[in-house]
Amino acid sequence: MIVLEPRPQPSRALGLLSPVIAIGLTLVAGGILMALMGRPPLQALEIYFFQPFEEFWLWLTLPADEAAMWLYTPSEVVVKAIPLALIGAGLAVCFRANVWNIGAAGQYTLGAVLGGWLALGAPEGASGIWLAPYLAAGVLGGMICAAIPAWLRVRFNANEILVSLMLTYVAALLLDWLVRGPLKDPAGYGFPVSKDFSESFVMPVLVDGTRLHLGVVFAILAAVALWVMMGRTMKGFEVRVIGAAPRAGAFAGFSRDRTIWFVMLLSGGLAGLAGAIEVSATVGHLQPQISAEYGFVAIIVAFLGRLNPVGALFGAVILAVSYIGGENAQIMLKLPKAVTGIFQGMLLFFLLGCDTLIRYRIRLALPGRA
Amino acid sequence: MENFIISMIIAATPLLLAAMGELVTERSGVLNLGVEGMMLMGAVVSFAVANSTGSSTLGIACGAGAGLTMALIFSVIALSLLANQAATGLALTIFGIGASGLIGQSFVGIALDPLPKLAIPALSDSTAFGRILLGHDAMVYLALALAGGVAWFLSNTRGGLALRAVGDNHDSGHALGYNVIAIRYLATMFGGACAGLGGAYLSLAYTPMWAENMTAGRGWIALALVVFATWKPWRLVAGAYLFAAVTQLQFYGQDWGLPVASQFLAMAPYVATILALVIISRDVNLTKANAPACIGRPFRAER
Amino acid sequence: MIRKLALAAAGLMLAATAQAADLKIGFVYVGPVGDFGWSYQHDQGRLAVEKEFGDRVETTYVESVPEGPDAERVIRQLAASGHGLIFTTSFGYMDPTLKIAKMFPKVKFEHATGYKRAKNLSTYSARFYEGRHVIGTIAGMMTKTKKIGYIASVPIPEVVRGINSATLAARKIDPSITVQVIWVNSWYDPGKEADAAKALISNGADVIMQHTDSPAGLQAAENAGVYAFGQASDMIKFAPTHQLTAITDNWAPYYIERTKAVLDGTWESTNTWGGIAAGEVKMAPFTNMPDDVKAAAKKAVADIASGAVHPFAGPIKDRDGVERVAAGAVADDGMLLGMNWFVEGVLGDLPK
Repeated sequence: MIVLEPRPQPSRALGLLSPVIAIGLTLVAGGILMALMGRPPLQALEIYFFQPFEEFWLWLTLPADEAAMWLYTPSEVVVKAIPLALIGAGLAVCFRANVWNIGAAGQYTLGAVLGGWLALGAPEGASGIWLAPYLAAGVLGGMICAAIPAWLRVRFNANEILVSLMLTYVAALLLDWLVRGPLKDPAGYGFPVSKDFSESFVMPVLVDGTRLHLGVVFAILAAVALWVMMGRTMKGFEVRVIGAAPRAGAFAGFSRDRTIWFVMLLSGGLAGLAGAIEVSATVGHLQPQISAEYGFVAIIVAFLGRLNPVGALFGAVILAVSYIGGENAQIMLKLPKAVTGIFQGMLLFFLLGCDTLIRYRIRLALPGRA
Repeated sequence: MENFIISMIIAATPLLLAAMGELVTERSGVLNLGVEGMMLMGAVVSFAVANSTGSSTLGIACGAGAGLTMALIFSVIALSLLANQAATGLALTIFGIGASGLIGQSFVGIALDPLPKLAIPALSDSTAFGRILLGHDAMVYLALALAGGVAWFLSNTRGGLALRAVGDNHDSGHALGYNVIAIRYLATMFGGACAGLGGAYLSLAYTPMWAENMTAGRGWIALALVVFATWKPWRLVAGAYLFAAVTQLQFYGQDWGLPVASQFLAMAPYVATILALVIISRDVNLTKANAPACIGRPFRAER
Repeated sequence: MIRKLALAAAGLMLAATAQAADLKIGFVYVGPVGDFGWSYQHDQGRLAVEKEFGDRVETTYVESVPEGPDAERVIRQLAASGHGLIFTTSFGYMDPTLKIAKMFPKVKFEHATGYKRAKNLSTYSARFYEGRHVIGTIAGMMTKTKKIGYIASVPIPEVVRGINSATLAARKIDPSITVQVIWVNSWYDPGKEADAAKALISNGADVIMQHTDSPAGLQAAENAGVYAFGQASDMIKFAPTHQLTAITDNWAPYYIERTKAVLDGTWESTNTWGGIAAGEVKMAPFTNMPDDVKAAAKKAVADIASGAVHPFAGPIKDRDGVERVAAGAVADDGMLLGMNWFVEGVLGDLPK
């Protein structure tokens, strides 16, 4: 029988260590899985998790002409991490308030749709400043999508998990209808893609030869700004109190409803921004598949970062590595794609389990003992 | 029209099975979002076993077992280790999708015979009534029997009373001597077994094959259905049939020439769920009177 | 120390790429190899290449690569890790393939079902509509209710072409035949495909065709005692007593030819659109049908292969009565590639 003894104070050491322990346990379990599947465990783990870091190290340390080729994979990790971090940071704040926005994927999609609608409707030869309204449209799109579960929760007490989740399907179908109908490229042979966005709507690339784009600045800024907000402002305090002790918050005069609106719009806006950025930077037009599943993976990112916005940056990198490692493992070890999902699920399991260690000591006791 | 109703009944069965299990889980105060993952594991394991042993009964049983095992993992992390239930459930879904995909690799492209229909020849074929009500496979009737069993259990037995007590107020339940954690473990495992049955139905009867991610979101619809039904078993049956009907409208609507773009028809079930959630939740008192008050809240026995 | 690490890591990369083969060939699939449909058939082509060239080639494949941002990275990874010939097997890979082709001019790329080319990028597709003509002929002869059901995926010209070709062929047998289309808005969703099949059957269709990738619709037809056709692969296992035939994608001849061209140094950028004559479209054995239907089907195959019959020979009118192809003429490739209208006899909406 598992017995939990509360610690007098949450352990700070374990607060920092628990993600590390969780990752460690995932690696061990993953290694066992690889061995059971007949693949060399150490090599498989290396490809899954460490190769991008190795390549980054090579880029840092080799002379310039040899180094260039090693930048691509690390830069791809960052590119993949950008939307994960943006959404994850927003979700971290939202979850702290005990508001469970599970529909970030729908907000991401709607952000991409609204931004794309603007980009496609803009006059020819629009100049570079149009990028700003494009991104703003992305934020707005995400907020609109998030406003629905927020309003339904505040007004009708409808469970935001289920409403936001249902909207992910609605948003995906809406995008599908748009690119097959009103927004379809007339010169596209009838395929469900929109016209390509013009230059001014494409996120500027920061490093030649890679896809590393301006979005990384947004991700870092957002994470830091949210971290400051949560840790040092009244608003952040309000969010944390409403989440942890709503009755106490009510006594302090904090409005639960306003907090729900605030965190939903915030996380929705960031998810929408991520959608607009990702479409602009890596796809360049609207199409049915725009990686909206980042909205779900970002939930793991938020937890991996211990519901801390800056932690979400690290969580995003780790998860991005697991994706890219997964692709490389497919190419080099012929491992099926499903294994990546297993790794990600295990990681979250171990994380959640390890988090318990922060507040409790675990003892195994025979039933009946004191 | 008659075929529409038959399709509706068949489509409702996996939803009904999974949602009924989740209803029991939630009545005990546990929110398990991992239904999709549990259904998929049930689908792949039942197919694998049925294919390897030739026995669909064994397959169904193992499918239920797979769902139960997944629910056990959830219970250890969320109930014993007090982790956040929503996050644990999500992890279960992600893990279940991946694990089922991996296990299913060797079973793609294999066909099985569907579950045999229980046919009473004279009755089942002759009238429309007969065709609609009789002549389905065993699991359709099992789902309805399950609904009846759950309804009876919850309202007429001591066990059901204990379960509801624990879901409404776990501190009082504990004070009364109920073992809160044990009851929740059992309720969650039951929910997992039912989800496994729902998945088994998909891979053994609905489309007798295995395909990655073949639940296609049914687990999430099942979760919505439980809320839609305000946690009452017979309302859940009605809800499941209603949703199946709306889903089938996507196809029959095109056949009937409904002038609506197919994407909007496809959206209908999800929009309908949202509307249903709003209607049900609108009356705060109604929800409060029906929702297990302790749902999602971790319980730790204070001495 | 740093040097050592660098060399070790480089060695790791090279170890993964060092081999005795003359050519490494990469394949990018949009679905799982086990889908028993589109991607499965491409993989069969890959296996044929391995068999044909033995140790001279080494093949790699990456499956279930979504058509979004990830595609570019995967294609690039293949190009950067020593693959000299890369096949990208879905329309949505078009722009990423083009981009990477520009970055790696020495690598040869082959993109399926697309239309953008470059010096080192070829396009290829198959005239599946020729196969549709054959199954339309069979269906026309087999249907008793004069209603054919069609499970369609997404309204792109490829799919519309197939529907039209089958309809034209069926109506040549009997002009009263109608084809009811149901869109499932997905290439692969067994549950939906089965539901669509049942809906079509309940509305009176007694022959089912599909342009979706799973055998679920076929299975539903078998269980309802209705005839149906397999798609992309021979799906007879799923409908032993009711599959009439299947239009199988046979990529082996094309893949072998292109591999040989690279090995011989004669590879050039081309656009290939092969059909029954080239062997890219193959019909599965004709089963579960009376002899006269079988004979008619075989004749249809022979006629198309020889060029005696063109599936889109005029006069062809669309649903609004507009004449699209005049009597005596045939639809040209341009019209086929951009086809976004239905011929007379097709029921179901066509999103514009």
